[in-house]
Amino acid sequence: MGNKQTIFTPEQLDAYQDCTFFTRKEILRLFYRYRDLAPQLVPLDYTDKPDVTLPYELIGSMPELKDNPFRQRIAEVFSEDGDGNMTLDDFLDMFSVLSEMAPRDLKAYYAFKIYDFNNDDYICKSDLEKTVNKLTRNELTPEEVSLVCEKVIYEADADNDGKLSLEDFQHMIVRAPDFLSTFHIRI
Amino acid sequence: SDSDSEEEPITEEELAKLKEEVEEKKKLIATLRNKPWKMKKKLSVLKEAQLFVEKFEGALGKGKGKKFYAYKVMMTKKWMKFQRDFENFKTACIPWEMKIKEIESHFGSSVASYFIFLRWMYGINMILFGLTFGLVMVPEALMGKPYGSLPRKTVPRAEEASAMNFATLWDFSGFAQYSVLFYGYYNNQRTIGWLKFRMPLSYFLVGVGTIGYSFMIVIRTMARNANEEGGGDDTSFNFSWKMFTSWDYLIGNPETADNKFASITTSFKEAIVEEQESRKEENIHLTRFLRVLANFLALCTLAGSGYLIFFVVRRSQKFALEGLENYGWWERNEVNMVMSLLGMFCPTLFDVISSLENYHPRIALRWQLGRIFALFLGNLYTFIIALMDEINLKAKEKIVKYNISVWEASLYNGTIPENSTAPPIHVDPADVPRGPCWETMVGQEFVRLTVSDTMTTYITILIGDFLRAVFVRFFNYCWCWDLEYGFPSYSEFDISGNVLGLIFNQGMIWMGSFYAPCLPAINVFRLHTSMYLQCWAVMCCNVPQERVFKASRSNNFYMAMLLFILFLSTLPAVYTIVSIPPSFDCGPFSGKTRMFEVISETLEHDFPSWFGKVFGYASNPGLILPFILLMVLSIYYLNATSKSYKEANLELKKKLQSVRNR
Repeated sequence: MGNKQTIFTPEQLDAYQDCTFFTRKEILRLFYRYRDLAPQLVPLDYTDKPDVTLPYELIGSMPELKDNPFRQRIAEVFSEDGDGNMTLDDFLDMFSVLSEMAPRDLKAYYAFKIYDFNNDDYICKSDLEKTVNKLTRNELTPEEVSLVCEKVIYEADADNDGKLSLEDFQHMIVRAPDFLSTFHIRI
Repeated sequence: SDSDSEEEPITEEELAKLKEEVEEKKKLIATLRNKPWKMKKKLSVLKEAQLFVEKFEGALGKGKGKKFYAYKVMMTKKWMKFQRDFENFKTACIPWEMKIKEIESHFGSSVASYFIFLRWMYGINMILFGLTFGLVMVPEALMGKPYGSLPRKTVPRAEEASAMNFATLWDFSGFAQYSVLFYGYYNNQRTIGWLKFRMPLSYFLVGVGTIGYSFMIVIRTMARNANEEGGGDDTSFNFSWKMFTSWDYLIGNPETADNKFASITTSFKEAIVEEQESRKEENIHLTRFLRVLANFLALCTLAGSGYLIFFVVRRSQKFALEGLENYGWWERNEVNMVMSLLGMFCPTLFDVISSLENYHPRIALRWQLGRIFALFLGNLYTFIIALMDEINLKAKEKIVKYNISVWEASLYNGTIPENSTAPPIHVDPADVPRGPCWETMVGQEFVRLTVSDTMTTYITILIGDFLRAVFVRFFNYCWCWDLEYGFPSYSEFDISGNVLGLIFNQGMIWMGSFYAPCLPAINVFRLHTSMYLQCWAVMCCNVPQERVFKASRSNNFYMAMLLFILFLSTLPAVYTIVSIPPSFDCGPFSGKTRMFEVISETLEHDFPSWFGKVFGYASNPGLILPFILLMVLSIYYLNATSKSYKEANLELKKKLQSVRNR
C-alpha cells in the first residue's frame, strides 16, 4: 500500500505514530473525524502545519463525548489554550491517552488533571463535591455529598494535608480494578 | 558503530558514553507516547532525539523498525478486538442481562439479586426439564405402547364424556391424566421399542439423578460463592474508587447514560448506608434487650401459628372421616383458608417486630427471611400430611383387587373351566376396572398446587402492584390526601416474599417431579413468564426502597435455604421409593414390591454375573459403615484446615494494611 494520501507528509505520519498509540490508518481515520466536525474550517492539507482550532462546542457534541459528564474538563485538559478549543494535535493526544493501549500511569496522570476542576494541582474538597454532583446529577443531599467527600479524603489522603496530590491519587487509582476499563474511549 | 567524522579522535570513554546516550535516546523514542506531554513537546523532543541518533548511528533501518512496530500493534489490536467480541458474545448468551442491569441501576443490588437468583433457578430447571423430557417422556411417547392399548393408558369409560372439557384438563384429569405427563401412564415392560430402551430403569435413574444433580449444583454454587467472598475483599478505597472509576467513558447513548447515573447514585446511597450503620453509636444494653424481646415475640407467633395449623389439620382429618358432605364451605376449606390468612398476616407482623431490632437492613432481611421460612414450613407440613392420608390406601387396594377378580369371572361367565386355556376375550381397555393410582394422584396434587401458586402470584402482582399504582397515579388528583406519600402509595418490591416463594416453589417441583414428569416443563414455562412479568412490574409499578442496601456479594443465604428445602423435599420421595409398595396396576414399577427393585432386576439381566456379586459385597453394611465414618472424619479434617487458612489469611491482610499505612 503506497502513500497515496496527501494530507500529511510521510515524516509527519511517522512522527504521529511515534507520539501516539495509533497506527497510520487510525491517525488518518481520526483526521477525518476531526475534519467532519467542521469541514469548512479544517483544510485537507496539513503538510504545512496550519494553525486550526475547533471550538469546544463542536468537540463536546461528538457522539463519544456528548453523554460524558466530564466532557468539558476532558477538552480543557487536552486543549492548548485550556478552554476546550482543540487543534488536531490536541485531538490526537486526547484519544491516544483514552485509548485501550495507553498504560495505567499515563491515564492516572490525565485523570488527575481532569478531576482537578480548579487547576491547582490538588484535588480538594470542592473538586470532589463537583465530581460527585456531576456523577449523580445532583441527586444526593448536601449531607450525603459531604460524607462522601470526607470519606474519599480519609481513604486516599496519605500525606494528611486535607486534599489529594498527584501521588495520593496515583497510589489510590493504580489498585482500582475498573480504572483501565472505564477510563477508555473507543473511536 | 560508526563514529562521527569530527576533527578530534574519539577516546574509548567518550565512545562508550556516546553509545549510552544513543541507547537512551532510542529508548526515549520508543516510549515517547507514554509520556504525559503535549503533542508539540513530544514532536519536538522526537525530532531532536531522532537527529541525535541519526547523527551518531547512521541510518537506523528506520523503515524496517517502523514496519515491524506497526505490524505488532495491528496484531495486538486485532487480538484485543477478538477478545472484546468474544466477551460480548458470551455476555449476549446470558439471557436477560440487560434487563437485570437496568433493574440494578434503578433499584439497587438487593432487588437485582432476586432476579439473578431467579435466572439461576431457570437454568437448573432447564436441565431438569431436559432430563425428564428427553429420557422419560419422549421415549415413552415414541416407543411405548400408544394411548388406548392398555387399561392404564386409557380414560375409563365413566369419565370419557368429560375427558376433553377444558375444566377437566385444567384440573389435570381426563386426557391430561392419562398421558406421558403423569406416572400412571407408564408401562412396566422392562424394555420398549426396537432400541430396547429400559423404561423403568430410566424412570428411576432420572428421578434419582435430578435430585443428585440439584444437590451437586447447589453445593457447588455455595462453594464458589464462599471462594469469591474470601478473595477480593479490598474495601480500603471503596468511596474513592466509586468516585473516580464508576463512570464508564465508553457510554455514548443517552439511555445508557441515564441508567448509569441512576446506578451510580444508588451505589453511592448503598455505600452511605453501610457507612452510617458502621458509625452508629449503640446503647448496647437497650439494643440487646429489644432484640431478645423481638425474638421472643417472633417465636410466640411461630409457635401459635404452628399449633393453629396442627389443630386445623386434625379437625379436617376428623371431618374427612365423617364424610365431607355433612359440613359447610368453611369446614371443607378450613385448612386452605387458615394457611392463606397466616401467610398474609404473619409476614407483616414479623416486619413490625423487626423494627424493634434496629439491624442493618441486610441483616434484617435475613431475619425476616428466616422467620417467614419457618412459617412456611408449617404449610409444607400440612400439605404432606394431607398427601400421606390419601396414600394410605392399602385397604382400598384389597377391595379393588377383589372387585377385579369378580369382574373377570363375570366376563367368562362360567363358560370355561379353570384349568384349560381359551382364547382371551377382547375387552376394551376403557371398560377394565382400575386400581387406585396414588402416584398419579400425588403428581396431580403437585401440579395443581404449582399452577394455583403461579396464578395467585400473577394475580397478586397485577392487583397488588399494578392496579394499586394505577389507582394512586390517577386518583391522586381528586383525593383528599396525597396518595403518593401517604397510604397506599406505590409499593416496594418485596424481596423476602418473592425469594421464599421461589424457593418453596422449587421444593414442590423437587418433591413432585418423580410422580409427574411434566413438572419441570411447567416450571420452566412458569419461571420464563415470571421473569418477564416481574421485570415489567418492578420497573413500572414499584419504587426503590428508602434505604437501598448492597446485597452481600455471595447469595449464600438464599443457597442455604434452598439446600435445606432440597433436603426436605427429597425425604418424601426417598421414603416412598424405599418403603411404600408401588400401585399394582399403574406406572413403570407396577408388579414389584418396592420401586428400587428395578435396580436389582437390571443387574440380573443386563450385567455380567460377577458385577452383581461385587455390588452385593459393596452394599454390605459392614463396608458402608466404615465408609461413612471415613467421610465424617475427612469433613472434620477439611473444616479444621480451612479454619486455619482463614486465620492465616486474616493475619496477612492485617500485615499488608500496616505496611500500607506506614
